[in-house]
Amino acid sequence: MGYNTKSILLAGVGGQGILRASDIICMALMASGYDVKKSEVHGMAQRGGCVTSHVRYGEKVYSPISKKGEVDILLSFEKLETLRYLDFLQPGGTVIINNEEIYPPSVNLGQVSYPENVFEIVNRYFPEVKVVNAADIASKVGDFRTANTVMIGALSRYLEVGIVIWERILNKVFSEKLLKANVEAFHLGRSA
Amino acid sequence: MKELLSGNEAIARGAYECGVRFAAGYPGTPSTEIMESFAKYKDAYAEWSPNEKVAMEVGIGAAVAGSKAMVVMKHVGVNVAADPLFTVSYTGTNSALVIVTADDPSLHSSQNEQDNRNYAKFAKIPMIEPSSSQEAKDYIKLAFEISRKFDTPVFLRTTTRLSHSKSVVEIEEPSAVEEDKTQITPDARKYVMVPVNARARRIEVEKRLDLLRNFAEEFSENRIEWNSTDSGIISAGMAYNYAKDVFPDFSYLKLGMVYPLPEKMIREFAARVKKLYIVEELDPFIEEQVKAMGIHAIGKEVFPVTNEFDPGIVERAITGMAVRQDALPAMDIPPRPPNLCPGCPHRGLFYVLGRLKVFVAGDIGCYTLSYMEPLAGLHSCICMGASIGMAHGMSKALKEKGRGKVVGVIGDSTFVHSGITSLLNTAYNKSDAVIVICDNRTTAMTGMQDHPATGWTLKGEKTKKLDFSVLASALGIDSVRILDPGNIRETRTILKEELLKEGPSVVISSGPCILLNARKPAAGKRLVVDPQKCTGCRLCLGLGCPPISWRKFQQEPELPAGGGRRKQEGVAYIDPTLCVGCTLCRQICSAGAIIEEE
Repeated sequence: MGYNTKSILLAGVGGQGILRASDIICMALMASGYDVKKSEVHGMAQRGGCVTSHVRYGEKVYSPISKKGEVDILLSFEKLETLRYLDFLQPGGTVIINNEEIYPPSVNLGQVSYPENVFEIVNRYFPEVKVVNAADIASKVGDFRTANTVMIGALSRYLEVGIVIWERILNKVFSEKLLKANVEAFHLGRSA
Repeated sequence: MKELLSGNEAIARGAYECGVRFAAGYPGTPSTEIMESFAKYKDAYAEWSPNEKVAMEVGIGAAVAGSKAMVVMKHVGVNVAADPLFTVSYTGTNSALVIVTADDPSLHSSQNEQDNRNYAKFAKIPMIEPSSSQEAKDYIKLAFEISRKFDTPVFLRTTTRLSHSKSVVEIEEPSAVEEDKTQITPDARKYVMVPVNARARRIEVEKRLDLLRNFAEEFSENRIEWNSTDSGIISAGMAYNYAKDVFPDFSYLKLGMVYPLPEKMIREFAARVKKLYIVEELDPFIEEQVKAMGIHAIGKEVFPVTNEFDPGIVERAITGMAVRQDALPAMDIPPRPPNLCPGCPHRGLFYVLGRLKVFVAGDIGCYTLSYMEPLAGLHSCICMGASIGMAHGMSKALKEKGRGKVVGVIGDSTFVHSGITSLLNTAYNKSDAVIVICDNRTTAMTGMQDHPATGWTLKGEKTKKLDFSVLASALGIDSVRILDPGNIRETRTILKEELLKEGPSVVISSGPCILLNARKPAAGKRLVVDPQKCTGCRLCLGLGCPPISWRKFQQEPELPAGGGRRKQEGVAYIDPTLCVGCTLCRQICSAGAIIEEE
């Protein structure tokens, strides 16, 4: 039933540039002729908590958030957060994971340990897993802040959005100073 | 031209497009960006008022003077503004007055989950509720039309999910600037609400409600979408989207106006569908009114009363599916609560407070997070401004037992919002509590908004700057101290001294929010742990600072590290990408193991 709406869920930790990334993804989808809605919750201190952003697109989108078991692509910016939102994915859904660990307080305090086998757990349920070393690629580009653009590049392989549109949106979003590094980060992410 | 706008941005845009040039509000998630977006229009007047009650009164004044006015606040802000609200319902608005209330189902960033649709019924004020950014932009215009037409304040209700979701909006040219119609027109019988006049206006309020009930039947945004008549849904706002998403084949009565309700339309819809559901988040607000019409409907029997919905919740409630069949097995995933930033000035203060064996009556702001382990330096949070009154009440009730044991802590913006009168009370009624104002020079939690003590207005103009020390003295506080929360020893010494004193005192914990200067280089050099000196005592972990973690030895160290007297299991580690060099950890490290990088 429904409107053939597709869903992407971005997940990670405050400060990783997730809301900015989902803005860029939505602009590209909108420029490709889709109806688009996105939703996130922020507030309650500035940094350090979980951040998610739902992106939904299609002919006509009603809900800006997805139900569990419905998401097509989980774009995860942090390994542990992948597990937290895994049950939003539909069977056979795609997982793109940034190979980065950010310890939550209970791990920092030594009360629990950070799960070691994240990729293995994810792979147990979802065969389509793409791991991206976004931080390494971003440092290769020369600006660690482009890690979120690397992730957008990795996602772009799975979306029907032309490369010209992606570049046009990056052009629109980034200042001249940051543009070159971000375009490079996007392409390295795309071919990663 | 089409743009992707948040609900909040769309409300600001819609107000501007329909000629509104006057707005007042107080920051509060999820409403804050409405005022921030509106203030960017150069020819619009927009102010952060000290609190929502003031904002409401400012809006009333502007409307009575003939200007269209918008006042903006989060749901609990309406509680603060309720006093003028209930009476402006009587006086009417002359020009137009729209109150935007941003509710927070699921308490994403609030202390309660109140459903402000109840205020519409309570104050006898119409309320409209959009379900998308496009509707948010359209409805704010309709709200101003209704206000002017019926001489009534109008509520526009949004929720977190609408305010903070983005969807496609058609941007229009602003309507031609209206000629200035502001003027002074005294009308005592309408605006002086002494009993004799208020009794007369009271009758007008009921007449107006009758007119609005008729209007609701014709209102274009109350609309029926006929599909299969086996099942029908009455819904409004975000919940409508969730239902449409999972039940596209049902018939819908989509209410754009949630108070007063279009009774005839509801009866017509109910008569034609076999099964009627009412899909609404939080209170059974529509449901109770529909059921009072004698109509059979299914509502909170199957839908939750708490928390926001999503398409899955609506689907499960209606189909009766208890849980998902294909759900993954439960996993034990460490939580990731929000935390104070590295370098946050609150950390040093609450580290000390948490170890002083005092009751800390807290307030609303980032520092509320200090209640969590390991800081555990805050013991209550009720509402904006409650800290000072509570601390005073506790100190009076405890009498001698409370000597040196009760502290009230309040942020700078919160103090200006609703702490001043209660601080006056501590002097007037001879309190014994110590009041700490955490002055980080901004309204941090909602994202860096100015207030009367920052010296800047919402429009970015320099202005008078409130001086907390001078104010406290003027209110009758004899002992006013200023401390640097980045210095743990000084913080502890001054707090202890003030706790010993008789009578109320004020301590200003003065340190700017670390994010205020985010673009400037960090104040100090980044710190690292010398693993040879670290004794593994874990004292630094008590700061709950995000860069500091504990690394257990993978194998027994070959040499006893750091000369630790007992068997050492690991060392502290500081993540260099997160540390900003605030030095709190170095100040408390007794082994001298924390040193500057390089």
